Amino acid sequence: MTDTTLSPAFAHAAPATPVRGYWGTVGNRLRYDYVTLFFLAVILMIVFAAIAAPLIAPFDPLKTSMAFRLKPIGFRDFRLGTDELGRDMLSRLIWGGRMSLLMGLVPVLVATAIGGTLGVVAGFVGGKLNMLIMRTMDIFYAFPSVLLAIAISGMMGGGMYSGLIALSMVFVPPLCRIAETATTQVRHLDFVEAARASGASSGSIILHHVVGNVLAPVLIYASSLISVSVLLSAGLSFLGLGVEPPTPDWGLMLSTLRQAIYVQPLVCALPGAAIFITSLSFNLVSDGLRHAMDVRI
Amino acid sequence: MWAYAGRRILYAVPIAIGVTVICFGLVFLAPGDPMVNLLPPDASPADAAYLRKLYGFDQPVPIQYAKWLLRAVTGDLGTSLQTGRPVISEVGRALSNTIVISLGAVLLAFSLAFVLGTLAGYYAGRPADRALTAVSVVGVSVPNYWLGMVLIIVFSVQLGLLPATGMGSAGSDTFSLFNWEQVKYAILPVITLSMVPLGIIMRNTRAAIAEVLANDFVQTLRAKGLPETMVLRHAVRNAFPQVLAVMGLQFGYLVGGSILIETIFTWPGTGFLLSKAILTRDIPVLQGAILVLAMCFVATNLAVDLLQTAIDPRIRRT
Amino acid sequence: MSHWDLMAAHAPAFRPKLGTVPPGDPRDRGGKAQPMLIAAGVTKHFDILGGVLNRPVAKVRAVDDVSFCVLKGETLGIVGESGCGKSTLARLLMHLIPMDSGELIFDGEGIGESGGLSLRDLRRNLQMVFQDSYSSLNPRLPVQDSIAYGPRVHGLPRAEARAVARELLEKVGLDPDLFGARYPHELSGGQKQRVNVARALALHPRMLILDEAVSALDKSIEAQVLNLLRQLKRHFNLTYIFISHDLNVVQYISDRVLVMYLGQIVEIGPVEEIYLGPRHPYTRALLDSRLSMNPDDRVDEAPITGDPPNPTNPPSGCRFRTRCPFAEAVCAERAPTLGTWADRDTHVSACHMEDAASGHSRAGRSPLGREAGATTMGAA
Repeated sequence: MTDTTLSPAFAHAAPATPVRGYWGTVGNRLRYDYVTLFFLAVILMIVFAAIAAPLIAPFDPLKTSMAFRLKPIGFRDFRLGTDELGRDMLSRLIWGGRMSLLMGLVPVLVATAIGGTLGVVAGFVGGKLNMLIMRTMDIFYAFPSVLLAIAISGMMGGGMYSGLIALSMVFVPPLCRIAETATTQVRHLDFVEAARASGASSGSIILHHVVGNVLAPVLIYASSLISVSVLLSAGLSFLGLGVEPPTPDWGLMLSTLRQAIYVQPLVCALPGAAIFITSLSFNLVSDGLRHAMDVRI
Repeated sequence: MWAYAGRRILYAVPIAIGVTVICFGLVFLAPGDPMVNLLPPDASPADAAYLRKLYGFDQPVPIQYAKWLLRAVTGDLGTSLQTGRPVISEVGRALSNTIVISLGAVLLAFSLAFVLGTLAGYYAGRPADRALTAVSVVGVSVPNYWLGMVLIIVFSVQLGLLPATGMGSAGSDTFSLFNWEQVKYAILPVITLSMVPLGIIMRNTRAAIAEVLANDFVQTLRAKGLPETMVLRHAVRNAFPQVLAVMGLQFGYLVGGSILIETIFTWPGTGFLLSKAILTRDIPVLQGAILVLAMCFVATNLAVDLLQTAIDPRIRRT
Repeated sequence: MSHWDLMAAHAPAFRPKLGTVPPGDPRDRGGKAQPMLIAAGVTKHFDILGGVLNRPVAKVRAVDDVSFCVLKGETLGIVGESGCGKSTLARLLMHLIPMDSGELIFDGEGIGESGGLSLRDLRRNLQMVFQDSYSSLNPRLPVQDSIAYGPRVHGLPRAEARAVARELLEKVGLDPDLFGARYPHELSGGQKQRVNVARALALHPRMLILDEAVSALDKSIEAQVLNLLRQLKRHFNLTYIFISHDLNVVQYISDRVLVMYLGQIVEIGPVEEIYLGPRHPYTRALLDSRLSMNPDDRVDEAPITGDPPNPTNPPSGCRFRTRCPFAEAVCAERAPTLGTWADRDTHVSACHMEDAASGHSRAGRSPLGREAGATTMGAA
């Protein structure tokens, strides 16, 4: 028996389009999604401004000046006006971006790592461990997220670290749930059975087969949580549970400027606009990513 | 179906217990001594010890928890360290105020969002859909405390049409929906609160309608010659249960999470009560308010779950 | 270097123990007469949960006391309606789900016990080809990585595993340069099924279980894949268990056929005997249900009616009696036994009419079977 190959029907029909692979397809879809690309550029600009703050901020964000309090937009060199203590708004906004981005990204990263791992373990092992983990998550789920974040942060006395911890704890249950649902779905599919049939250990199966299929929904959900984290963290600062003044922070700025809305309404609305634009950009980019990653066609 | 309902209710009990544990345990996250607020700076150790015994802080934690829980179940949530009034009456009054604006916000959001979301789902993929989806994305991304400020700036500062803060001089006891003098205080908070639910409900409605319209039975309806409005009615009827569920959940979120808006508008609801309690470290009020709000949320979730199962028999999560 | 040489060179466990095996297939331990697989008393019941506290309220008797053997080098076809327990049986044989009771002996050795075959070694000898559903291949892996996964798990370095995978792709008729880097959603149904076969062969097993492997394919593709399976069987000296609900396919590919009903075996025999002279009323009804290509052969009434009974509450005695035209009182009292198995030409059936001492009015004088000459309904 020399030749056991059959000539398949499609042996001679070579594909005209290049075989691209999964991430190549995602990138290709994104290339034509102009809205997502635009807001991705906005995010990059915000990140760049935050990193390069010492270089590009025109004034010292902490330098007060009693003479120039609450000046309107475009007043002399103060491009965006000044706040109630005479500090330049533009510089404070640029520096404030650091805090907002930090509080937006770090809790989501931490929660993805913790919640994702817990969810995958719970989904794969099943049984009593699954019940234990998921029921605990359900208890945290029983709190509205704003309430929980404020309660934890408030109880811990406020400040940046308590805010980070509070937000991380708020985000772990939904990410855990998403990971567990995805893992449970994947666990019963035939290719996982086939992997078990080849004699692979559970760890190998999780690593090579499960994680790749669970990563997509988890990452997509995590990216949509970034905008929520930006909003919530600014809200915490607004209530006085964030950093101490005079550190520039958009939520804190919004709170201190509240008294002055009768005097300079436009200037007082600026920090909120910054929060809005950041949150919107992350939201739209994560939506676009979700569309692009939904590859099954 | 009753078996499912029974199981679901039974399941809510350990969740509720877990919630009480967390509510109670939150206090212990606090750095420093809760007694610090109560005592004048020059209090003697004997005074501190006496006060500690009075409030029960000297006993082991599980005993404190059990005592607190027992009292809470009978309705005694302690007295406010700040005002001296019973916590339950403060929280109760605040809760009714919060429910006023939360309910208003959810109804406003739901009616608008359902209509817009249905249109967006019907015109899915076309320019009208993109425009409407932009509205929902904005609703979800906007910091609602900022929006409150903006609305105050526009309507109170610049136009002077609506009051900026408070609940009106008459106070919450005589609040009536039919009195313009009092309702006008609620308008801005309700609009502000409704933004986020508007975005979320619109997104869900759009997805639900688009999914239903993609079903084969819709093609059958069209092939029978049914006019588009009737087809849309069928779609709406099918999508309604899941959207109703989301609306219920959003109501629960608003009741629990209205703290930022109430701070901006100085609306005397549970959120405002909470922020005051955080500032003054009024532990009994904090514990009591968080407990009541969380329980409301659990109850709302349970009600929504059972309602959804009753309406839509396909959903039966065992 | 051939596939076999690569495996043997890198993974010492693949090398046969010298001096203990006869010539021929170097992995053959038991010799020609030893059946490749013996299943004895395999049973699996599933619990149904219900009520307020989710307690077990009933049991689904998916597989009930099943005993059979598979001879070396043959293809055993397993047929039955949906829900008769074929797929559960396949997974039990593969040790993907645990048995409630029963024993499996592979090439003369028990599995899992000391001195017998370890589970890992069993995996290298027995593999499964799944039905071509969207979930039979990992959608995130290129197909050559899916195939290479098995050898890698057993210790082969990545590059060699990939070479093995590519060689197997060629064996199943797919050009590795063209198809190796593709993702499952970029392949047609027939191509995916070839990949499934290649994946099953990657560990160089001696036996394959094919669970509805061609059921999801178009007829023309089905024929191609069936022919591929036959060629591979000759080339790699394989033994097959072929599970299907399609009687024609089973007839084409099988040497012996096993018929299942509601979790039990009702008949086993050589393929010609079963198809030309079935001895069990259920088998006969199944065969009569096949639509004939001859328009003159139209039948007015269906040969078998009703749905199979509820597997949580099967009928007492013989499970088929509720649909059997020959059912009598003794069928409700006692369950018939399958009969003793002697060799590959044995044809046994679990029916009271076969057993002369059963008390059935037709005991020992069954109207079915080749000798009786009654092969179609009309002549009964």
